[in-house]
Amino acid sequence: MKYLVSIGLETHVQLKTDTKMFCGCRLSTEDEPNTNVCPVCLGLPGALPRMNAKAVRYTVMSGLMLGCEISRYAEFDRKNYFYPDMSKNYQISQNGHPLCIGGGVDIPEDGREGAPMRHIRINHIHLEEDAAKINHYARHSGVDYNRCGTPLMEIVSEPDLSSPDEAMAYLLKLRQILVYAGVSDCNLEDGNMRSDVNISIRPVGQEKLGTKVEIKNMNTFKGIHAALEYEIARQTEILNQGGVIIQETRRWDGDLGETFSMRSKENAHDYRYFPEPDMLPIELSEEQIAQWRALLPELPEQKRVRFCEQYGIPAYDAGVLSAQLPLANYFEAVIAAGAPAKSASNWIMGDFLRLLGAAGIEVTDCKLKPETLAALILLVEKRTINMPTAKALLEEVFPEGGDPEALVRERGLAQVSDTGAVETFARQAIEANPKPVAEYKAGKAASLQYLVGQVMKLSRGKANPKLAGEILARLLAE
Amino acid sequence: MNANASASDIDVARICELAHFCLSEEERDRFQKELEPIVAYVRKLTELDLDGVEPTKFGQPVSNVLREDIVEPSLAHDTVLANAPDADENEFRMPKIVE
Amino acid sequence: MSLPSDLATLTVAAAQDALRAGELSSVELTQGILDAIRAKNDALGAYLTVDAEGALRVAADADRRRKNGEDHDLLGIPIAIKDLINVTGQPCTCASKILQGYVAPYDATVIAHLREAGAVPCGRVNMDEFAMGASTEHSAYQITRNPAAPDRVPGGSSGGSACAVAGELALASLGTDTGGSIRQPASFCGCVGLKPSYGRVSRYGVTAFASSLDQVGPLTKTVEDAAILLRTIAGADPHDQTCLDRPVPDYRAAARAGSLRGVKIGVPREYFVEGTDPEVMAQVRHGIALAEKAGAEIHEISLPHTEYAIAVYYICATAEASANLARFDGIRYGYREVGPEPSIQSLYDLSRTHGFGPEVKRRILLGTYVLSSGYYDAYYNRALKARTLVRRDFLEAFRHVDAIFCPASPTPAFPLNSTVNNPLQAYLCDAFTIPANLAGICGISIPCGRTATLNLPVGLQILAPAFAEERLLSIAAACERELAS
Repeated sequence: MKYLVSIGLETHVQLKTDTKMFCGCRLSTEDEPNTNVCPVCLGLPGALPRMNAKAVRYTVMSGLMLGCEISRYAEFDRKNYFYPDMSKNYQISQNGHPLCIGGGVDIPEDGREGAPMRHIRINHIHLEEDAAKINHYARHSGVDYNRCGTPLMEIVSEPDLSSPDEAMAYLLKLRQILVYAGVSDCNLEDGNMRSDVNISIRPVGQEKLGTKVEIKNMNTFKGIHAALEYEIARQTEILNQGGVIIQETRRWDGDLGETFSMRSKENAHDYRYFPEPDMLPIELSEEQIAQWRALLPELPEQKRVRFCEQYGIPAYDAGVLSAQLPLANYFEAVIAAGAPAKSASNWIMGDFLRLLGAAGIEVTDCKLKPETLAALILLVEKRTINMPTAKALLEEVFPEGGDPEALVRERGLAQVSDTGAVETFARQAIEANPKPVAEYKAGKAASLQYLVGQVMKLSRGKANPKLAGEILARLLAE
Repeated sequence: MNANASASDIDVARICELAHFCLSEEERDRFQKELEPIVAYVRKLTELDLDGVEPTKFGQPVSNVLREDIVEPSLAHDTVLANAPDADENEFRMPKIVE
Repeated sequence: MSLPSDLATLTVAAAQDALRAGELSSVELTQGILDAIRAKNDALGAYLTVDAEGALRVAADADRRRKNGEDHDLLGIPIAIKDLINVTGQPCTCASKILQGYVAPYDATVIAHLREAGAVPCGRVNMDEFAMGASTEHSAYQITRNPAAPDRVPGGSSGGSACAVAGELALASLGTDTGGSIRQPASFCGCVGLKPSYGRVSRYGVTAFASSLDQVGPLTKTVEDAAILLRTIAGADPHDQTCLDRPVPDYRAAARAGSLRGVKIGVPREYFVEGTDPEVMAQVRHGIALAEKAGAEIHEISLPHTEYAIAVYYICATAEASANLARFDGIRYGYREVGPEPSIQSLYDLSRTHGFGPEVKRRILLGTYVLSSGYYDAYYNRALKARTLVRRDFLEAFRHVDAIFCPASPTPAFPLNSTVNNPLQAYLCDAFTIPANLAGICGISIPCGRTATLNLPVGLQILAPAFAEERLLSIAAACERELAS
């Protein structure tokens, strides 16, 4: 039997604030355990939460980027459960009145490049606090409350995703947009973006969704994909054998590549949500929302279209250049520094990205300033240096930056465009290479390139190759 | 009010589980006997017509009190662990958690 | 001015006059209080712990500050602190075994304000465990006796605070009031107890019972003293977002200028009914008559939802408490017991079961029940809506009157051990104080004579709108004068 798959994701995204959600403790994953903690983080008697305005703003901005409706009235709730990672034994979250409602993102069908787009609906986005970290040792467990109280935005999708590949495409899209908006680093290694999934399958033709199974503990996109693949296979087999899917929470074991029922405990919860009396409600005016809307960056798609139109670059190039905000900004900074758009695009798409990849760094970590790259491009444009010289210079200034113009001056790298000088080299080359000359004259056009190469060699790379070709052709035609 | 909710259906064992109390059967019975009249009393609210009445969830009807995202000093590390029943130099310790 | 031999009999204002005049140092005054505690605390049980050395050190510092030209109404004045308010380096047991040995690592905001003013936190006073109770009999450590009638309770939960002031073991004290825990013990012991409006005083560092109801307030010998303390502890606090940014007027000046002329006083008929002790009613009516003679207009009013207040309170307060007290789990601080087979489950269960007393467990169970799946709408949501009706009663009443006069408690202090075995009966005693907490308004209890038969103190409760403490203190001070003459 054929089955339809319905997947929904609850994605927790760590917001890029300087301090925690409810206190002024620094957000950092690098410090010694239990150093970034205060009475609020530790849930000491008498401690009270104090809402971080930036966390609210970032959540609303995310909602605006994702097409959500922004609540004019939002509240916080207490979610009650005992676990040592939650110092108060309740989590401050939003149950009844979240900050953002509805919205969604478009992804290519089945995540295939170029496929028709599908709209994946978002149910709501709410704000909540992260838990502490529990470490397990041979004979005991230990808690480090540094992470406790980190602001997390939870983006809850509808079960609109129909395959593991679509789930990936959805997550990549979310990540792209949120990084764009500057609200999160969405750094997977640091656990900035974690998802719980729910998945059900049903026979083709059946309207009603099948029984939903939740899966927790997937730390990577790869893990989510593998867990979904596994779970689809598991559920398919059960249904094929006439069995029934049990509604439950399962835990993904990445090492074994299987999901396991979490049985009793998880299902015994009764969270007893109620309005958090320590935290006053948030009311957002039209003016406030408009103000935050004005802070939003252009969405990746909008930017791609603009790049095509404004700079006349190919759609593919525009897509690559707009995929990440730092790269897009870099590209536009190179243009702003005077480089022609098409050259800037070619240089970035080619050597620049190759060098970044080879160095294993991000654009934001790159020491080569956009102005420097623009200067280099301009030296080529003005024919001060030739392309091979420029490429060699780029390799040289890429790691630490530098002044290409000064280097060209110091080392006398300016290309020789003096017709007389090039002609002298050309005559020497013809003299020394009778065989290619004869071949050229016999009609083998490629031999001219060899001779150009010889001219370059004689000029120590400084001759303008185009000029050299022209002069050689003229001399050989005589 | 929920027609099924009556004073006698307080499941003390279940509430104890949620509140993390381990009581003997005798103690549970005593709490059951004490809680029943209290629950019966608070059911007095069923007399009221509350349709369309807004709930009061906060001490005062005020909203939008927020703080700026500015780092403040945390507690000194030795103070953090000073009250712990069990701790090493870094962490609060507890019996091993088996998931 | 001649000083009394027992300095603990002084009011804050009189003690400050003596300090300013140089007739007395803060060290001498503090030593006087410590002597009074030593003499009387064994009999009355007001204080749980006293840090004599620390208090004298702060007192010496206050004397230095005065020499350097500082001045404040509380500079050098010793104040007793209810044992749920955190003072750095001092115990904060909340009268519970679960916090035995806990040492507070930070100051509550009210304490920070007191320190800034130069006041001397001189000891920790007893209370019902986690402020749950109306008799101070639910302390895990000791009972506290009513100084006016030692075989009776001092009221609660701030019973230690009231006993210390009325029994002259303190000049003044801080208490907390969630459903009457300042006003009721003040009325039982015969002192002044002020519950500020919700949001007037910071709750930061004050162990929470019910977050939407708790307020810190002073227990004092006079209304003027209450005004002095309120002015010092009130005002916005960046650490408590429910503490509102409203101006803090000169409450002491308001108390001094107190007048009843032209003041419209509402007397709610629901507070003068069967169930209210006739002798209490008689005393309060006498107080109202004096106010009328002093120029006030008396209006009978109705607060029709008064009878639902207790039900609303015991749902809302216990629900909030069930979450607020979840943090006492034996992991980061406090009592820990793991049992023979240690596990996280046994740690939670045993620490909490043996750390909390029966009244606290009872309320946590009730609060857990009303929030649990299937019951939320029937109990909690209903109570939130009914709370709106109680609040509206007051909003409506205050459109017509400036203040409301009523008894603080339906009865005078009851004998020790008389309610412990009947929790519901004990809960019903809070009927006259709870509504003010539900409505977020301010209220005060001032001594209003004694019952005819047993000579027990009676408290006149005065209620005023939210953030109308200036008006409340002015009216209360004028009544205090009338009652004294």
